Amino acid sequence: METTLDSRSPTSLERFIARWRTWIIIGIGVTALVIWSYVYNPVVTEAVLSSTVRQATPLVLGALCGLLGERAGVINIGIEGQMLMSAFTGFLANVYTGNLFVAVLVGVLTGALLGLLLAFMSVTLKIDQIIGGTVINILALGLSGYFYTAGLTTRGKLQAFTLGPLADIPLIGPVLFDNPPITYATIVLVFLVHYVLFHTRWGLRTRAVGEHPRAADTVGINVYLVRYANVIAGGAIAGLAGAFLTLEAVGSFERAMTNGRGFVALAVMIFGKWTPIGSWGAALLFGLASAMQTQLQFGGEINIPHQFIGMLPYLLTIVVLAGFGGRARPPAADGVPYEKE
Amino acid sequence: MGQPLALKATNITKRFPGVIANNKVDFTLRKGEIHALLGENGAGKSTLMNVIYGLYSPDEGEIYLDGDQIGELRKVEIKNPHDAIHMGIGMVHQHFMLVPVFTVTENIILGHEVTSGPTLDLSKARKQIKQLSEDYGLEADPDAVVEDLPVGVQQRVEILKALYRQARILVLDEPTAVLTPQEAEDLFQVMEQLTNRGVSIIFITHKLKEVLAVADRITVMRRGEVVGTTTPAETSEQDLAAMMVGRDVLLQVEKGPAKAGKPELEVHNLNVHDERGVDVVRGVSFEVQAGEILGVAGVQGNGQTELVEALTGLRSFQADRVELGGENIPQSNPRALLELGLAHIPEDRHKHGLVLPYSIADNEVLNTYYQPPYARGLQRNWDAVYENAENLIKRFDVRAPNPLVPVGNLSGGNQQKVIVARELSRPVKLLIANQPTRGLDVGSIEYIHSQIVEMRDKGVAVLLVSAELDEILSLSDRIAVMYQGEIVAIMKTEDASREELGLLMAGSSEDEPSQDERQSRDVDASQALEQVEG
Repeated sequence: METTLDSRSPTSLERFIARWRTWIIIGIGVTALVIWSYVYNPVVTEAVLSSTVRQATPLVLGALCGLLGERAGVINIGIEGQMLMSAFTGFLANVYTGNLFVAVLVGVLTGALLGLLLAFMSVTLKIDQIIGGTVINILALGLSGYFYTAGLTTRGKLQAFTLGPLADIPLIGPVLFDNPPITYATIVLVFLVHYVLFHTRWGLRTRAVGEHPRAADTVGINVYLVRYANVIAGGAIAGLAGAFLTLEAVGSFERAMTNGRGFVALAVMIFGKWTPIGSWGAALLFGLASAMQTQLQFGGEINIPHQFIGMLPYLLTIVVLAGFGGRARPPAADGVPYEKE
Repeated sequence: MGQPLALKATNITKRFPGVIANNKVDFTLRKGEIHALLGENGAGKSTLMNVIYGLYSPDEGEIYLDGDQIGELRKVEIKNPHDAIHMGIGMVHQHFMLVPVFTVTENIILGHEVTSGPTLDLSKARKQIKQLSEDYGLEADPDAVVEDLPVGVQQRVEILKALYRQARILVLDEPTAVLTPQEAEDLFQVMEQLTNRGVSIIFITHKLKEVLAVADRITVMRRGEVVGTTTPAETSEQDLAAMMVGRDVLLQVEKGPAKAGKPELEVHNLNVHDERGVDVVRGVSFEVQAGEILGVAGVQGNGQTELVEALTGLRSFQADRVELGGENIPQSNPRALLELGLAHIPEDRHKHGLVLPYSIADNEVLNTYYQPPYARGLQRNWDAVYENAENLIKRFDVRAPNPLVPVGNLSGGNQQKVIVARELSRPVKLLIANQPTRGLDVGSIEYIHSQIVEMRDKGVAVLLVSAELDEILSLSDRIAVMYQGEIVAIMKTEDASREELGLLMAGSSEDEPSQDERQSRDVDASQALEQVEG
C-alpha cells in the first residue's frame, strides 16, 4: 500500500521542458539572430532562409524515414542508398515520360521497394541491420553509377507556387509559402507522421514494437507486420527525398549526388530525439548551416578558405553525435531482430 | 465439491525433443479460488501454463472452460495468446511485459486501444482505468511512466492489464520472486480481493510458506507429472517439500556445534562509500573465526552489499585494519584476495558470478585459468580444464549433459551449483556467501546449505549475508545485525529470537530514543516484524 509514489509525477509540460531544454534555448537564439539580421539586411536574410528550407527538405525526409524504422526497432542506415536510387529512377522516368508526377511516383515506389528489401533482410532473414543498410547503399551507388549515361536532361522540374495571401506575410511568407510541391509535402508529412506516431493506434503499436516487441506480441500485435509496414513507409519517404533532389532541386542527375545527405539525416533524427517535429527543427538548423556556408562563400565578407566554411554542416554533425544537447535515448529494441518463442 | 469449475485441463501431454515436459497432466481450477501450482524448476509448471495461455499447443489432451450455463463446460482450442485473452485468460509473466517508457494507460490499452475516429482517446481510457482500479482496489496512477514505478506497482499494472481485457482466470507466474516481503503482502491482499469478485487465480511458485498462507488448493508437479492436489489444512511445509522433490527434505539444516578456531577475518572500523559518496558502511568491526558461520542479517539495502563488495575487492574502503589470515587485505584487487584464500558466492549470479555464454568448463576456471594446471605459459591447457569440470559436475551434482554446455542454458539451481563448485573446490580460508540461495528451489537450497556447513566443519571461516531470516537462523553460529550501514548487534544464535532480530533490523535499540524518533521506529519495527513473520 505504501509502495505508490509519494511525490507527484511531473506534469507533461515539465517533462517536455526537461526533455527539450537545449532545443528551446537554440530555438530562441536562432530566432533572435534571424530577426536581428532581417532588420539589418532583409534581402540576404530572406535568401538565406529560403535556402535553409530547401537544404533542410531532403534531411527532414531522410530523418522521417529513419525514425519510422527505428521507432519500430529497425535501424536504417540505407537511407543514403534509398535516396540515391530514387533520385536516379525518378530522373529516368522523367526523361522517358516527360511527366513530373509519374517521375515522383516512380521515385517514391523505388524507395518503398528498397524499404521492402531492407525489411526482408532485417525482419525475415534477421541479418545484422547495419549490414543490410550497407548492402542497399552499395547497391544504389553501383546500379545508378552503371546505368547513368551522361547527357540526359530532365524535361522541366517542379516549380514553386505561392499559397495565396499566406505568401504576403513578411519574411515567413516568401520563405515558407512560396515553394515547390515536395517542399510543401514535406511540411505536411512532418505533422502527419507526428500525428500517426503519437496519436493513433498504429503509432502506439509501432512504438511498443520498437521498445519491447515481446510485450507487444503477448497482447496480440503482429511484430513483423508492424516492422515491415514502417520500414516500407519510411523507404517511400526517402524516395520522395530522392525525387526532390533530381526533380525539384537540381533538375538533373549526377553520380553519388546525395553526397552524404542520408547519413546527415540520421544525425538529424538523433538530434531530433526520434521525433518528427524535433527532426524538422534539427534539419532546419543543419539547413541553416549549409545556407550560411553558401552565403559566406559568395558573400566574400569573411576571409576564411571556403574548404573550412564547407565543413560547417559536417562539423555540426560531429558535435551533435558527440552528445551535445543531452543524450537522447533510442528505442530500446532498436536494431534487435525479434525472435518468436 | 464446492464452487463450479472455471477451467479444466485433462490428459495434457507436451513433448519436446528428448523430454516429456507434461505427461498426462490433469488440472482443474474452481471459480474464485487461488490454486497454487507448486514444483521445482523444470517440473513442468510453466509448460502447463503456456499450454493454457496458447503459447504451446499440447500434443495430447483437452482444455475446457466454463460455458454460458452454470456448471456447463465447453471444450476450447487455444491456439495463441490472442485466443486466450479472448476467452478471459490473463497472464502476468515473471518478467513483466510492460513498455518501460509508456505511461500506465498506454501500457494497459496497448492492443485494445480506445479510439475516437483514428485518434487515440487517452482521456477516455484513463477514465476506464481509474474506474477499474477503484473496482478492484488496485491503486495505480494512470499517467505515471512505468519505468518510474516500483516493481510492486508495475505488477499491479500487469494485473490491471489482464482485468482490462476482462480476464476471469489469472495466471500469476512466480509473482513474488521480484517483490519485497511488504510488496508480497500487498499482492496477497490484492489476490484476495480479486477472488472475492469471482476471478480465479493460478499462482505459480516454489515458496512453501506463501502457498500455505494464501492458496485454497495446491497442486504439486514433479518431472512433468502431477504428484497430487491438496489443501493447506491437510498438508505442511515438510510434506509439500517432499512431494516436490520426491524424497524427504531437510528444511532445517543439520549441523553440530561449531569448533571455532583462530580469527580468520578481522575487520576494524570499516567505512565504505557508495557511488554518490554517501557513507553506506559506517565504522563496522567484527571478526569471523575459522570453523564458524557469522550470519549478517538485515533488511536489504542497509549496507550489506557494499560490505561484501569491499571485502571481496570490488569496492574501495577506508579502515583501521582488515586482515585475512593475519595479512592485510589489499584494496580493490580481487585476484590478490582470491590468492589469499577468499571464496565468494556473489549476490547476483548472472552479473557477478558467471559468464553466461561461456561453457561450464570455462566458468569453473574463471579465477584460476592463469595458473597451472589450467595454463602452460601463455597457453591454456584445455584437457585439464575439461577434466576439472567433469569432476566438479560429478562431485557437486550439477545437472548438465556435458561440461561444454553454456551456463546460460542451465536452471538457476544448477548455475548456483557451478559457482559453489568453483569456489569451494579450492583451498580457501574464508567463504563470503551473499544471498546464496536466492530464487532457488528447496532441493537446491538444501544442497547449498549442506555444502556451506561442510566448509565450516573443515575449518573455513564463513561470512553469510542473507535477507532471509530463516536462512540466517538455521545456518549461523553467530549473528550480526546491520542497520543503516552499522552493525547494531552481534549475538550467539542460541541467544537470538526472531522478534529481537526483527526489532534490531528495524533499527530499534536499547538506548533511549526521543519521543518522535521512537514513534517512527515503532512503525519501522512493526513493518520489519511483519516481514519476519511473513
